Amino acid sequence: MMSRLQRSWDARAALNFMLGGAGSGLLVMAALTGTAESWPVALALALIAAGLGAVWLEIGRKLRAVHVFFNPFTSWMTRESLAAVVVFGFGIGSFFFTWALPLAALSGMAFLYCQARILRAAKGIPAWRAPEVVPLILFTGLAEGAGLGLFFGMEPMIFIVAVLARALAWHRYRVAVKSPAMEPPGKALAWIGTALPLALVLLVAPAAGFLALATGWWLKLALVTRASFNQGFSLPRLPVRGTR
Amino acid sequence: MTRWAMVADLRRCVGCQTCTAACKQANATPPGVQWRRVIDLEVGEYPQVKRAFVPVGCMHCDDPPCMHVCPTTATRKRADGIVTIDYDLCIGCSYCAVACPYQARFKVDRQEFAFKAAMPNEDRSDKRIGVATKCTFCVDRIDAGTAQGLRPGVDPEATPACVNSCIAKALHFGDVEDPESNVSALLAENQFFRMHEELGTGPRFYYLWDKAP
Repeated sequence: MMSRLQRSWDARAALNFMLGGAGSGLLVMAALTGTAESWPVALALALIAAGLGAVWLEIGRKLRAVHVFFNPFTSWMTRESLAAVVVFGFGIGSFFFTWALPLAALSGMAFLYCQARILRAAKGIPAWRAPEVVPLILFTGLAEGAGLGLFFGMEPMIFIVAVLARALAWHRYRVAVKSPAMEPPGKALAWIGTALPLALVLLVAPAAGFLALATGWWLKLALVTRASFNQGFSLPRLPVRGTR
Repeated sequence: MTRWAMVADLRRCVGCQTCTAACKQANATPPGVQWRRVIDLEVGEYPQVKRAFVPVGCMHCDDPPCMHVCPTTATRKRADGIVTIDYDLCIGCSYCAVACPYQARFKVDRQEFAFKAAMPNEDRSDKRIGVATKCTFCVDRIDAGTAQGLRPGVDPEATPACVNSCIAKALHFGDVEDPESNVSALLAENQFFRMHEELGTGPRFYYLWDKAP
């Protein structure tokens, strides 16, 4: 009873998951394909930075943002912030040293995992606290990164595996969590974000990448802003009044 | 070891919202922010309808999810079980608000007063602007009272404002670790439940619903 949509996190927070997920996914793809170019890494870092910038706009005390690093022992938000520092360190380092790219990708995976656990740790919101949200966020980020990678001529096979894994993760999530708000973006992800790109990837690779990216972003926007109902209150027992 | 807890007797609560008003007056919360609320619930379908009034707010959980997710360590738990927020550390990320299963946390980004200008009890500083706030169990009253040798839950000067104000004696406050306390006696004499216990948060807000069998 009294379940209500959370209003604390809006599209600014969602942008962190959308841009940060795609950016870290792209870092992983860049390392997997062993790209010699710097542009994919530069774009990945820019996306992650933009996502963090968007969420910074949402906090109430912007000048205290550095306090976010104070609780690595239990807070996935602190861990995400620390992972971001490492991502930027190795990411920028990869412009000068090739050995830094795999480390940037590893820290990108850590960043993405932290994002998934941020949602999982929100006990008040059934659509977030489900364990299935972790693979959903992980594979959504990877598929978005693979989609972006197609713009840089990266290997289509990795893209195919990534979007199929994402579709599977979405299916598992959908079985576990019944959320009407997730249905439209979920359907789009299955058809426009999976089936259509798989048909297009060998013909028009950038279009396939764009569709995978856009549907992933829509799904995460809906997850953060539309499906995020607090579970409300419940009374396991009603008060016994008067005579019995 | 002291462990403060609140007990709400659902058989007695009449939903008058006096506790809500008392909390608002004592803590000078801004418009739209209610640290102590009373939910009016209707269950069933006509003609088999039952109604219950349920006081809610921060449950001062044993294992508070808000504290674990807080990236700044602003949210902490005292040895006596009270969950506090350090307004100087909080960055207002609202992660605690989305993590709390009890909808107990609030954040306002602008200073507002119900009567436009601040009333004498209202804080004109901006320390609670842009940060998370919630029920404190009137921790200042408890600390000041116990320093004078008063007993929270027994002496009104050391007791949360909502409990003092309750016209039906539905709200009680005390030390659940003390077997002689008022709340321990109530829990022994009655059947009770805690909200969303399945989440493992260990809320320190007990709801009485019937006398013990």
